[in-house]
Amino acid sequence: MEMIWRSGIKRKVSKIFSARLLRGLFSIVMFVVLWQVVVAIKVPYLANLPYPRDVAAGAVDATGSSTYWFGWGISLSRIFVGFMAAQLIGIPLGLAMGISRTFKDFTFPVFEMLRPVPPIAWIPLAILFWPTRELSIYFLVFIGAFFIIVINVIQGVSNISVSLKWAASSLGAGQRDIFWRILVPGSLPSIITGMTVGMGVTWNVLIAAEMIAGQGGLGRMTWEAYTNNNIPLIVVGMVSIGVAGYLCSMLVRWLGEKAMPWKRRF
Amino acid sequence: MAAVKAVNHSGEISIKNVTKIYDPEGVHVVAMKDCSFDIAAGEFAVIVGPSGCGKTTLLNAIAGFDTITSGEIYLDGELISSRDTQIRPSVERMVVFQNGALFPWKTVMENIIYGPIVQKRMKRHEAIEAAREMLMRVGLNGIEDRYPEELSSGVQRRVEILRALINQPKVVMLDEPFRGLDAVAKTVMHEFLMDIFCTSPRTMFFITHDLDEAIFLGSKVIVMTTRPAQVKKIVHINLPWPREHHMIGSKAYLELKGEVLEAVHEEARKAFEAGEREMA
Repeated sequence: MEMIWRSGIKRKVSKIFSARLLRGLFSIVMFVVLWQVVVAIKVPYLANLPYPRDVAAGAVDATGSSTYWFGWGISLSRIFVGFMAAQLIGIPLGLAMGISRTFKDFTFPVFEMLRPVPPIAWIPLAILFWPTRELSIYFLVFIGAFFIIVINVIQGVSNISVSLKWAASSLGAGQRDIFWRILVPGSLPSIITGMTVGMGVTWNVLIAAEMIAGQGGLGRMTWEAYTNNNIPLIVVGMVSIGVAGYLCSMLVRWLGEKAMPWKRRF
Repeated sequence: MAAVKAVNHSGEISIKNVTKIYDPEGVHVVAMKDCSFDIAAGEFAVIVGPSGCGKTTLLNAIAGFDTITSGEIYLDGELISSRDTQIRPSVERMVVFQNGALFPWKTVMENIIYGPIVQKRMKRHEAIEAAREMLMRVGLNGIEDRYPEELSSGVQRRVEILRALINQPKVVMLDEPFRGLDAVAKTVMHEFLMDIFCTSPRTMFFITHDLDEAIFLGSKVIVMTTRPAQVKKIVHINLPWPREHHMIGSKAYLELKGEVLEAVHEEARKAFEAGEREMA
């Protein structure tokens, strides 16, 4: 019995330390070593770069302070509000445009005119338009996710094969059933794609907005580290933003898998 | 409750002078012109003809998916399609689609019971009971909780046929349902369909390109002309029921096949030459 248990453990251990993982670890170690060398030999233009250990010390300092975590909280809540608003308005709008030709004819031209404008280009107008800075940041995050989700939902609805709709109506489904039972689940894969892509763009926009106009948040923290010439903290900020964006994308992907069990089991 | 009840004698289809013109103001493609034929209740009618000759057009009109330009289609004496009438799709006329139309986000069980539930004709547990019985009878039990994409296309197609049958339709219409299956899978499908048809005969409207399939399954084979589609020839297949695979190759079978082949070949030639002309 114990033998089996042991061999099980052994197999697990050898699985964790697989060749691929070792190669991955090696590349990270090499990166840090290279970084150390670059700073030590004072490569031109990179003279201001701190040593890895300074960054590590900066990270320890930062994660021990409540302002750092407060920054996380502020950034995440901005993402949450702007992103959710984009989904709540964008998904129904996309469905309506996907279903009704007439509605699409009326709305799509304006939509297509505004869509190519990069979200960051909305910053000046957003600041002028909204009464508080916080609202303008919510709005910019919203813009970052809104156009992407709408275009994906329209695509999703139009990709649903007509035989599925016909089959449903032969089986006795009414308009309402076809909407809830066919069009909504049928466009779900595109909705999840739109959310995943939108989440990435949203972080880009948020950080730019925080650096230019924000108070608090990871973007602002990184910018203030620059103005205070605290280079290790700049790097800590960059890494934190990367981790935060990654966690948000993971969350969306996880939600997608939960919402679409038929895509998971293969 | 038996999953498939004995069928009352209804499901008679009458197609009278049906014409269908696509895009009358523009390209003006005459898909069908003055096409007429009848399918008796409980008959297994197989439609063959050159590609793009309007077989699917006819199916769509009977099913209620599309309109016709003139003529009439009756089901049991009731007008279901004409220039001014277009009855809605209904459970009386179930379709099994060319590329499959199982709902990918529903399990096999959820797919099969969708009809009875959405029509509020059965309670959920009754529908599940009936579906289980059907799956069991055709030896497909055990796949209830799988999603369609996890199944082979042959199994998908059988599930789709069961999803149609649970609604006790008067007519089952199948648009090249076994296209793309390999020859071995096809024979399994033919036996499956034969078994279902013989236990509870109901009107079948079956479109195919495969002449062996047509003769093996059909009580009559309707050969269509190239566009604009009309009936070229109706061949009655008076082989005994249930059809069995050893019949393929029998003298009677080969004679019938010769007859069908001749009609099809003539039309195929015409279609080919018309294609050549269009290219030139």
